Parts: sequence; C-alpha cells; structure tokens
Amino acid sequence: MSAKRQKRRHPLPAPGEWTFELIEAYHAEIDRVAREYGLDTYPTQIELITSEQMMDAYSSVGMPVNYHHWSFGKSFLHTEKGYRRGQMGLAYEIVINSNPCIAYLMEENTMTMQALVIAHAAYGHNSFFKGNYLFKQWTNADAIIDYLIFARNYLTECEERYGEEEVELLLDSCHALMNVGVDRYKRPAKLSLSKELTRQRERAEYLQSQVNDLWRTLPAQQVKTQTVEARRFPPEPQENLLYFIEKNAPLLEPWQREVVRIVRKVGQYFFPQRQTQVMNEGWATYWHYTLINTLYDEGLLTDSFMMEFLHSHTNVVYQPAYSEPWYRGLNPYALGFAMWQDIRRICENPTDEDRYWFPDMAGSNWRETFDFAMRNFKDESFIAQFLSPKIMRDFRLFAILDDDKEAKLKVSAIHDEAGYRKVREIMSDNYNLGSREPNLQVWNVDLRGDRSLTLRHQAYLRRPLNGEADEVLKHVARLWGFAVRMEVAHEDGRIELLHECRQDRRRADKD
Amino acid sequence: MVRIIDRRFDSRNKSAVNRQRFMRRFKNQIREAVADAISGRSIKDLDNGESVSIPAKDLSEPQFHHGRGGIWETVFTGNDQFSSGDLINRPQGGGAGGTGKGKASNEGEGEDDFVFNLSREEFLDVFFDDLALPNLVKTQLARIHEYKSQRAGFTNDGTPANINVVRSLRGALGRRLALASPYQGRLRELQKELEALLETSPPDDPEVLRLKDEIGILRAKIEAIPFIDTFDLRYNNRVKVPKPTTQAVMFCIMDVSGSMDEDKKATAKRFFMLLYLFLTRTYEHIEVVFIRHHTVAKEVNEEDFFHSRESGGTVVSSALEMMKDILHARYLNGAWNVYGAQASDGDNWENDSPHCRELLANAILPFVQYFAYIEITPGEPQNLWREYEKLNGAHPNFAMQHIEGLPDIYPVFRELFKKKLA
Repeated sequence: MSAKRQKRRHPLPAPGEWTFELIEAYHAEIDRVAREYGLDTYPTQIELITSEQMMDAYSSVGMPVNYHHWSFGKSFLHTEKGYRRGQMGLAYEIVINSNPCIAYLMEENTMTMQALVIAHAAYGHNSFFKGNYLFKQWTNADAIIDYLIFARNYLTECEERYGEEEVELLLDSCHALMNVGVDRYKRPAKLSLSKELTRQRERAEYLQSQVNDLWRTLPAQQVKTQTVEARRFPPEPQENLLYFIEKNAPLLEPWQREVVRIVRKVGQYFFPQRQTQVMNEGWATYWHYTLINTLYDEGLLTDSFMMEFLHSHTNVVYQPAYSEPWYRGLNPYALGFAMWQDIRRICENPTDEDRYWFPDMAGSNWRETFDFAMRNFKDESFIAQFLSPKIMRDFRLFAILDDDKEAKLKVSAIHDEAGYRKVREIMSDNYNLGSREPNLQVWNVDLRGDRSLTLRHQAYLRRPLNGEADEVLKHVARLWGFAVRMEVAHEDGRIELLHECRQDRRRADKD
Repeated sequence: MVRIIDRRFDSRNKSAVNRQRFMRRFKNQIREAVADAISGRSIKDLDNGESVSIPAKDLSEPQFHHGRGGIWETVFTGNDQFSSGDLINRPQGGGAGGTGKGKASNEGEGEDDFVFNLSREEFLDVFFDDLALPNLVKTQLARIHEYKSQRAGFTNDGTPANINVVRSLRGALGRRLALASPYQGRLRELQKELEALLETSPPDDPEVLRLKDEIGILRAKIEAIPFIDTFDLRYNNRVKVPKPTTQAVMFCIMDVSGSMDEDKKATAKRFFMLLYLFLTRTYEHIEVVFIRHHTVAKEVNEEDFFHSRESGGTVVSSALEMMKDILHARYLNGAWNVYGAQASDGDNWENDSPHCRELLANAILPFVQYFAYIEITPGEPQNLWREYEKLNGAHPNFAMQHIEGLPDIYPVFRELFKKKLA
C-alpha cells in the first residue's frame, strides 16, 4: 500500500518529445482516473498521424475513409494554405464517433499536448458520443466505418461504370442538399455493412418499380381524374429533400438513388454534431481539465507539464468580447466549459440565487446531474435548462434585436435581473437549428401535369433565403428532372413564387 | 484496453486524388488564371509556380441558408456599455463588433477569391498537357548535329599523338621486372656464393673466376631486356558521344506599322510569350531575336519590341530578309533549333507579298524547325494570308492562324502546336 503510494509520488516523466511508451503510461493513468469518475466510454484506439494526414482527415470531413470528390480537394488546399502560412494551427486532435472510438494524435504535438488530447478526445468526446441521446439515436458507432468503406467502394464502382463526370455532377447536387437531407424527428434505420450490401440491390429494383408505378399514367385513368379532385402528393409536406428525391424522383437510375442515399446517410451522421457543439466541446474540455488536474493533485504530473497544459487550456477557452476584432461569436469551448463547471458548482456549493433558479439541482450529486444533463440534452435545451445567471454575468451576455425595418439596433436584454430569462431564451434559440436554418418543405408535385416539384420556404421572422438559393434549386432540378419551383410562405399568409427552374430531362434526351 | 497505432507511415497523400479532381474540375479557371499571370511576367521569368486565384463564386458549393434581412435576435458577450432598451446605430459594413445583421454567412471564406499555389510543374502542365513541339521527336532521334568527344579509358593502339606516357612507362617497368626476375634470382645466389668463396679463397681461384663470368653473363642478359617495347604502349582512348542539341533560337517578327494598334500588339505579345514558354520546356538555352518592321526592319531588344511606337507603311519582306541574314550569320552552325513566329495584321504592300512567300519557302523554311504565322485582324484575311496559304500544304513545318482578339489567343496556341500524330 505504502509502496504503491510511494510510487505515485514519482511524477511521470514529462519530456518535450513523446514516445509510445509514455503515451501508454499517460493513457493508463488517465484511464484509471476517468474510471474513478465513472466515465463510460467506447474502447479507445489512438492513432498517431502526421500533420499532412491531419489535413487529409480535415478535408474529408474528419472521416478516416471517404469517397472522392473535388470539394474535399478544395478544402485540403484551403487548409494547407492556412497551415503553411502559419495563419492557422491545425486542431490538435480529431476524434471519430465510432466503436472503438478513434482519436488521432498529431506527430508534432508535445507529450503534454498528447496527454491533453487523450483526456479531451478519448475520454471527453468518447463518453459524450456513447451517452448523449442524439448520438445514440441518430448515429451508429459500430457501423459507420464499415458504411463509409461501403460508400467509397460503391462510388468507385459507379465511377468506373458511368464515368467520373457523371458521378461528380450527381454528388455536387446531393451535397447542395445535404443540410436539408436530414430527418429531424424521425429515427433512421441502423446502418450495417452486411445489410447494406445484401439489401442494396433488392432496394434498387424495388424502388424503381415503385417509382414507375407512381408515374404510370393510364389514359383511362387520366380521363377519370379530370373530375375527381386531384390527388395530393406528397400527402403531407416533407422536410427531408434528399429522402424525398431518393424515393420519388422520376428519372433517377437505381445507382443514382443509391448515391443520394449515401450522401443523405453521411449528412445524417453529422447532424447530432451540429446540434451539440457547446455541450460536446464543453464536456470534453471540462473532462480534460478535471482529469489532468486530478493527476496533478496525485503528484503524477510535473509543474512544467502543468504550465504547458494550462497555457493550452486557457487558449482553448478564451472568449473575446463583442468589441474585439477577433470576436467570432461565442466560443463553444469557453461557454460549454463554463457551464459544466457551473453545474458542478451549483451542485456542490449552491448560493441562494442558485437555489431559486435550480431548486432540483442545487445540492444534488454532481456526478448524477452531469450524467443526466449529458445524456438528455442538446445545445438548445441544454442552454434553456442550465444557463445560470452567474454565467450570464461572467460572460456579460446581452442580446441585440436586429429588425431590418428599424433604423437602429435595439438591446433587448442584458445580464440583469429583468433580462436573465430573456437572454437565456434568445440564446437557446440561437442554437436551435430549426430557427437558424431555413424551414424548407417539399410542398407539392404536379402529378397530372408537368411533374413539377414545388418547395416551400416557411418564412420565420421575415428572414429571407440567401442568394445561393437559385443555384441550389438548379441542383434540385437536376435531380428531379423536371421543373422545380421555390415558394415562400410569408408569415402573413401570402405565398410568393421566388424562383423557378425549368428543366425537362426525359430519358430520350439522355440516350 | 487501448490500442495505439502508428499511422504516420501509411497512405500519405490520401488527398492527392481529391486534389487532382479539384484541378480537373477547375481546369478552365486555372488556365485563365495562369494565362493572366503570364502577361504580367517578364518573358524569362518562368521558373516559379504561380498562385492562382479562382473567383469564390465559381467554387461555391451552394446550400440553402438564410440571407440577410428579417428579424434576428442574437446574444453577444462582453457587454461594456449597454443596458436594456438602448438603441444603437448599425455598425457600418458589419465589420468591427460583429454586430452586423444575420449570421448566416459565417463561413470563413466569405467573398474572397480562393487562392492556392500551383507548383512550377503544375503551372507548366496547365499549358502543355497535351501539346508537343512539332518535329521535336525528329530532331532528337534523327537529326543529331553535334558530337562530343569524350574520354573512354585506354587502348593498345592508336596514333602516336595519343600515347599516354605514364601508362606506357608503367607497363614497360612491369614488363621489365617480370622478364628480369628469373635472372635476378640467379644473380643474387651467385653473388652470395662469390662472397662466401672470397672469404676463404684468393681472388684468382678458378672457381671465383667462373662465378664472376657467370655473373657477367646474367648482367648482360638483364641489360638486354628492352627498356620500352611496342607491347608497352598505351593510347588515350576517345569516343564520340552524340550531344543533344539543347539550344534554340526564336525569331519574333512583328509588324509595327500604323495599322497595328495596341490591342493587336498585346495579342501578338501573348503569342510570343507562350511560344517562348513552350520552348523553355524543351530547351536548356534559348535566344530570342526580336525583329520589328514597318517598311524597314530592325533588330531590337525586348523592351523596344513591345513598347516603342512606330508607324508607316508595311513591307513584310524586309523583316524576312533580316531574319534570313541573321539566321545565316549566327545560327546555321548546326547547334541551333530555329523557331520563327510572325505576327501581323496581314496588311502588306500588295507587290511585296509574293516576295515574302518566296523568301519563306526558299531561304527560311528549309532551316527552321517551325514557323508560325498569326494574322491578327478582325475581318477578312488580308493579302499576306492569301499568299501564305499557298505554302501551307507544301511545308509541314509551317503553320498559320487567324486571330480575332485576345480571347482567341490560347485556343490558337493550342491549335498551332497540337500534338501531331506520327
């Protein structure tokens, strides 16, 4: 016993250069402390990579395998340029929501940074991926890598069969719709490589037959429907454009439907990440901070290690004020870290204010509260639930109302007694994807007429679509094969035709 | 249990495919950007890559987002002066403070052009991807004009002038040692015997005399070995190695008469630059001869060629005469690949054009690898064009093209040097 303690008094060596043995030693200690805190994680797989490989990973949206597309090349060039000129450091780490959880460590990092990254990614993010309801519901960590391999091989096969050009154009169109190609409320089926492979061909044939059925026009029927009220299609507006196109676009070939599906699945996979930035980054930051500090308290880390660690940590959680030139909005690391710290404080040392605002939470077991919060919230609800007046005061939060009909901006609420609830409400809405991104729906298909597709933008607070909308509409038209219209439904009930993209691509044209 | 995997050594350049796709996709924009860049460079500055910028608009991957306008309510940090209900002026340009409207366009790249660097190789490849110098293959494979004499060890025969003294004497020494060694051995033995004998016997002992005789004979035999023999001679060996011709001369001939306006000159300039660029790809050393002409021709430097102003009538043959003279005087020793490029608006003095054709056919075309004529004129071909047309079929190393304006220049360049199928 005493021997063990004696051993712990000896700090781990902290040279600048890392070695595999040291990484293993640090990992073992971090793992032990994480278990003591009860973090539940996927097994970890740590991969050492070069900066170039890090840029590779960056540009293929952080995934270890991905299909080929020029846009990834563009993003690589962009990253490379920034990195070469020293305008931008690379992220120290990339972590992949998979089972086992893959964490990339960059070769250039010092030993301290590697330890920080292991704690941050392999324990912080990892446990979040495993526990948070969005990730549990929407992603399938066991199958993602397999699915991406399947996708890449499938696309390579398509390129060989139908030509790179053809596939590229299709991917362009799909990418344009990626962020309106997610199910927000419906749970997608689990991914599995073997299932995908065996079912893919069946599905292709089946889908095609369905589509053919949908578009079959028998002369006798046509005469009859003149009198009957036109059948509405889709019966209800659809929010998932890519899904709708995959299932219903009249002229797509089976392989094209499969490609649409692949892009849709990948988009869906990243959907939870976009909704849990503050929580997820804050959680990971909180845990690297806590785990490393615990190790330091145990005497396992040297002072020089801690100095370097704290230096990096403070950089990560730096939050500039609105008036500073480098202000880029709220730093999710800073806000998230502060909120998780604050939750623990409320649990352990609540003030009267906390007791008033968080009666259930004040004085509760912080580990249980953490677990509950981590599992059951996303940014929007997390902020609505847990943003305390203290944080609002610390960050000196204030809300600005920008109405383009008014000449001036208005400060609608600040961090004071009267404003706490308002600020919190606005901030929560700022993180709500539903109000941040335009609400678009597949409204109608003219089944009996020119087969045109009508999309409807439900305007919210008079926010218009951006200038690229007509470009995107061209992509929709390319996929749909017939005319596509974009309408705006204003809040006062007016419907206005915004863009129209005419297209008539019959099968005959293609041959 | 943790798995630590070292991936540093596998699959480098995973993104190379994506980079290539990117380049292919934006080939046209990259080409334009490169062509633009050239006009800003000096004709000799070709050793660098180029930073290419592509309009962000072309590169955009459009998505549905909110645009500016409508009502936005956003939370900011670091309140230092506001209280609830304050009215603030809109920040101009949405810059400082970041309190501009909307936040939909927070995607880093903004409106700036997308800039990236082409390596020198990529830069040049953009031009030359499917081009090849006409007749180049012939030049390299068949018409090797020059040989270089190069040392290649030693041989046993040759001319006395090439005798290698050191090698020859070293051989002679060896031969002498080898041939004399049996006698030397015997000689040493006899001398030992003689010395031993002299200790005990008087010098006139018959045995001593016999030994002395024998030693004398041996010495004579050793002496008789020739100091040097024809067998010893070594000659420096030299072989002739074909030396590839790596230099070219490029004649730029331009009409600077009154009818050539600045636009036409600019077009011609591009053409010459591109030709020069193309030649640098193939030849180590290039000389450029600039000849401009109106009614008389003059050899000038690059600066004057493109920038000084002249006016007057046009006698094209004056320039061709001058090219012929310079060609014969300086560049016909077999070491030069000669290229000619002529730019004109085709408006020549009527009686001169047939003369030009004859000059080209008889005095110039037989000596040049390639001669290209471009006629820069917006309308109908002029009289020079009609004369040159007669040359077109008969001489495979002659090409002519009609250019209307700046945008035509690049396609024309490709047309001129299009890979010719053997």
